[in-house]
Order: sequence, then structure tokens, then C-alpha cells
Amino acid sequence: MFPLGVTSYLIGGIVIGLAVSFVYILTGLHATQSSLFSSTLSYFSKVPFFNRKTYLESREWRLYFAAGVMLGALLYTVTISPDGFWSTSVQWWRLILGGFLVGFGTRLSSGCTSGHGISGIASLSTTSLYAVITFIGVGIVVANLMLILGVAP
Amino acid sequence: MNNRNIVLFIGGIVFGFGLALGGMSKPEIVLSFLQLKDFGLIVLMGGATGVAFIAINIVPRFLDKPVLGGEFKPRTRTLSRNTLIGAAVFGVGWGLSGQCPGSAISSLGIGNLPVLLGIAAMFLGAYVMGRFFG
Repeated sequence: MFPLGVTSYLIGGIVIGLAVSFVYILTGLHATQSSLFSSTLSYFSKVPFFNRKTYLESREWRLYFAAGVMLGALLYTVTISPDGFWSTSVQWWRLILGGFLVGFGTRLSSGCTSGHGISGIASLSTTSLYAVITFIGVGIVVANLMLILGVAP
Repeated sequence: MNNRNIVLFIGGIVFGFGLALGGMSKPEIVLSFLQLKDFGLIVLMGGATGVAFIAINIVPRFLDKPVLGGEFKPRTRTLSRNTLIGAAVFGVGWGLSGQCPGSAISSLGIGNLPVLLGIAAMFLGAYVMGRFFG
């Protein structure tokens, strides 16, 4: 069940939870990820959906947050990471097709692994619970289908 | 940079560090979870949610409002058909590629440059959603 052990998963999770808590206690904001796409599009598009009040109000801090997420991972990589710099062997077409569906789906659903998964469940939102069960369930089916079809990793 | 942005920037650094430390920055780790080979991500999600639960539900009992102002409001959404259809579409993309928004952004930090393709596609997917289904 845990070929890599649980320690790094547990500590990583707690660190993520501390980040979400730090932001919430100081600002009352939910440090979530997928709204970044819609809120950043408001800089470039006049489409009303992207120019909603919530996106216009959050688009600046979401960019600072995303820049931090990238930098934090870099910091890990150049300090305590056993691997150093690393690149995926998932095929380009899966990154693109999967990425498109992730962008579309998370926005239609109003949340992703962090919005529904961490902040939503921690807020005891039943809506988020149903969303999480759905995307994990579908994700398991699709990932195993790929495995059966011989697409690796 | 105002105080709020500084907090979000620092919070982002910690968040990204945790994602990389917990392995979620690697699509391979996410796929090994969804393929039911390694359940570590459940531990990661549980740890993150447990700590966030304390901040969202217990800290506001001792603190009237956030330190920098504003108000404490749990993250709730109204359940609609779109919530579930969107989650299912996200699940297909997640199972196909092992990427989700936060993990993809942090993946850039571990040097995984091919994920730029995925992030560009996420912007395109979000655009198509907002433009035609928003």
C-alpha cells in the first residue's frame, strides 16, 4: 500500500495544511489553486465570466500565490530533495489533453484538489465532498484504463 | 507589494515546498495513487485537510477576524449539476495526465518543464469553459 513509506507524504501534507492555515488566519482567504486560470484570463479577455468581481478582486494575489508555489518547489529541489531537478516521462499528448480537461473541469466544478479537496472538505462542505469523491473515482477509473491499454507510466 | 500579497507569496512558498516534499509535484506519483499502487496521497491529503480544519473551524473561536482584516468564512459552494460534471471532467484529465492545477505549477519548480504544455492547456480549458459555458 505504501511502497515509498508514509513519512514524506504526511510531512508534505502537514506543510501544505500549514500554508493554507497561515493564509487563512492572516487574511481570511482560501489559498486554492484552479481559480488562477480564470482570474488571470481577466487581464486578457473581456468575456464576462472572467471579469466577475471575485476574479478581479483575487487576480493579483493569485499570481503572487502561484509564483510562491513555484518558488517553494524550487527551494525544496535545491535544498533537501534527494532527486534534484526532475522531469516527467508522461507523454506530451497526455499532458496537453489532460491539462485541457483539468482546466475545463475544475472551472466548471468551481474547485480542484485544493479548493474542493483541502479547503472545501476542511470547511465541511458537502458539495466539495461530492466533488472530491467524483474526481477521485473518475481519476481511478481513467488511470487504470490507461494501465490496461498499456500506456505507461 | 501590499501585506496581503506578501502573505500569499509566503504561503505559496510553503504550499509549493509541501507539494514537492510530498511528491505530488510528480505526475508519476499521482498516477501511482490513481492506479491504486501507492496510497500515500491519501495521507498527504488527510494531513493537509486536518491542519486546515483546525485553522478554519477552531481558530475563529479565539480570533474575531483575520489578523490583516476581513472575515472568517468557511469555503462552501452550492451543489449543482456543473459541480459534478466538472469534477468528472477534471477526473478524466487527472487520471489521464497525473496533473492538477497546484501540482502542475509546483512541478515547474522541480524542473519539470514539459508540464508547461499542461499548464498552457489548463488555461485553454479554463478559457473554453468561461467563454462558452460560463
